[in-house]
Amino acid sequence: MASESHAHEETLALREQFETEAQQKDASTLGMWIFLITEVMFFGGMFLAYTVYRRIYPEVFALASSSLNVYIGAANTVVLLCSSLTMVLAVRAAQLGKTKAIVAFLILTLILGGVFLGVKAYEWNEKFEEHHIPGASFHFEGMSPDQQAHAQLFFSLYFAMTGLHALHMIIGAGLLLYLIVHARRGVYANGYDTPVDLIGLYWHFVDIIWIFLFPLLYLIDRHMR
Amino acid sequence: MITAAAQEREHYLNQNYGLKSWLLTKDHKRIGLLYLFTVTLFFFLGGAFATMIRIELLTPTGNFVSSETYNKLFTMHGVAMIFFFLIPSIPATLGNFFLPMMIGARDLAFPRINLLSWYLLVVGGLFSLFAMLAGGVDTGWTFYTPYSTTYSNSWVIATALGIFIAGFSSILTGLNFIVTVHRMRAPGMTWMRMPLFVWSTYATALIQVLGTPVLAVTIILLFCERVFHIGIFDPALGGDPVLFQHLFWFYSHPAVYIMVLPAMGVISEIVSVFSRKPVFGYHFVAFASMAIAVLGFLVWGHHLFVATQSVYAGLVFSFLSYFVAIPSAIKVFNWTATLYKGSISFATPMLYAFGFIGLFTIGGLTGLFVAALGFDVHVTDTYFVVAHFHYIMVGGTIMAYLGGLHYWWPKMTGRMYPEGWARLSALVIFLGFNLTFFPQFILGYLGMPRRYHVYPDEFQVLHVLSTAGASVLAVGYLMPMIYFIWSLRYGAMAPANPWGATGLEWKTPSPPSLHNFDEMPIVTHEAYDYSTVIGEEIQVG
Repeated sequence: MASESHAHEETLALREQFETEAQQKDASTLGMWIFLITEVMFFGGMFLAYTVYRRIYPEVFALASSSLNVYIGAANTVVLLCSSLTMVLAVRAAQLGKTKAIVAFLILTLILGGVFLGVKAYEWNEKFEEHHIPGASFHFEGMSPDQQAHAQLFFSLYFAMTGLHALHMIIGAGLLLYLIVHARRGVYANGYDTPVDLIGLYWHFVDIIWIFLFPLLYLIDRHMR
Repeated sequence: MITAAAQEREHYLNQNYGLKSWLLTKDHKRIGLLYLFTVTLFFFLGGAFATMIRIELLTPTGNFVSSETYNKLFTMHGVAMIFFFLIPSIPATLGNFFLPMMIGARDLAFPRINLLSWYLLVVGGLFSLFAMLAGGVDTGWTFYTPYSTTYSNSWVIATALGIFIAGFSSILTGLNFIVTVHRMRAPGMTWMRMPLFVWSTYATALIQVLGTPVLAVTIILLFCERVFHIGIFDPALGGDPVLFQHLFWFYSHPAVYIMVLPAMGVISEIVSVFSRKPVFGYHFVAFASMAIAVLGFLVWGHHLFVATQSVYAGLVFSFLSYFVAIPSAIKVFNWTATLYKGSISFATPMLYAFGFIGLFTIGGLTGLFVAALGFDVHVTDTYFVVAHFHYIMVGGTIMAYLGGLHYWWPKMTGRMYPEGWARLSALVIFLGFNLTFFPQFILGYLGMPRRYHVYPDEFQVLHVLSTAGASVLAVGYLMPMIYFIWSLRYGAMAPANPWGATGLEWKTPSPPSLHNFDEMPIVTHEAYDYSTVIGEEIQVG
């Protein structure tokens, strides 16, 4: 067949539809960036809802926000930033093709991500015990009935936004597991590092979302004190 | 008759056989056909709902279905047609099949993601189908709160979940197209040499990627509101139902351009080929697509003129909505100018394209009516609006979709359709369409509200006309369905380039081989340079 001369043997680094490995890597990277843009728009809807209601009810949002534990939130932010660092180191190790280092840094990233989720679960549990879950049993000390309702809006947004973020973290953890399994098999030992690179981008993106969530949810009353 | 030579040649359809070879295929051409099959099913499903709506509206009293059932009928008509037919129609079938071929690529950049996006559409479709069979949904396709969150007792969640999943199908298709256009063009295929169908599909992909995620998060919030009553859209907790409308239309107005932009691309191809002239003002037509994509995101507020939006916001949105008319008019004028002194042939695709231009112009001009703040307050939620958007979506998109199917059918299947029947179908659809929807402009102007199944006696004549038109339209839609299937077996064998077109897709045999091109094509000419195809075998003249 004449078509055989044009097509080539398929490998991970060079799929059938591409001409060169560079073209494939380029396309995959562009695809990931576009995906991240869709994620920005996705979270954007919630940020919009947050902006609208914080503008309508600034005092209640500040009061409700003060019930969140800033120190735990800040510590968790540090944990997440560290996980970004280990992720970068994993990406670098993949560029150098050092399988053992890739695996080690990915596992570290996974552990730090797990710690973040664990702390988040602890915080959510605290909210349950304090009756700060929107619904029939919602109660916030020292607020008028009207404010109680508006405070529920804050906590609805808090749970929706941190919940969606946590879901992205869990998906990220799954992707890390996938990378670890493949890295141990030496898939990324020979210059093919695109998946590590792209999942790294995703991981950083999820971190950045938190960098916005932390001040918006935890810190909005700080300058009022 | 199948000739021996044709039997021997390997192409994408006979490379391998069996259900598995289709359900696990990574070939963009086969996936395009999977989409064709799927959206056709939803088209006829949505059509069945429309039929029942038109039967009910024959008489002024509600004597065919109850008002509850009627609510469900128009809702499910909208859901099936918009989310599972119109949005995937041209991009996912014709775009999937021809975008890689038109830029000289072997496939899309991400074939497996392409297959995944088809599965997502199917799963989303099944959710919605389940909701329809289990009892239906009655909120209108817009799912306005608080009706959808608090009061409706129908299958809101299952339907919305289906739309949510299908949305990811749309996002992934858009992502795939953008990367493919950026990174997979053949040597010499510069941006300004791309066929205009590629430009319009690219512009569409940008909207799919930027708009659809907002719909997704809106559906999540709707879900949370309905299930957990979190208050985001609930005034009792200080929330605002209008926020839902803002978020919804931020996607759903651009979604109108997801539906019509690819249609415009198809028309650019057809008008050029069948007048044998390059598209007049190529650059303007290309940039008009991009302009529509950008402007489309700035006009959503014209759906909220009577929804407590401030007058000043209304003025701005009204003003911005007028801007969309500029790129749209550029396209219409340039298609018309392309015809000037062209060698025009009235082949079937061209008849559909003429139908498109006429109907889209009426739809577009009445769009200016409803973009005008004062007039829109008068006709909001009347049949005037219904007629307006059906002129765009049915008269525009479906005309172009059918035109495109006829135009590329020989390439997709290797068979010619019966020309006489096809021309007749174009005529029947054009007449049936106008008879169905033109009376609705008058009905709406006189005050017939949408979404009601009883109406004053004096509207009956116009409603009967509309239903009569719908019957003609239904016949028109069934005709291609029948002769396309007929042609698969009995149609004449198609040559490689039956229309004498210039696109790279016509440089391959019909049907194309598995990897599209036996050798990497090298592009040396602008698009629509007909000096490059002189002397090739042409089917119609």
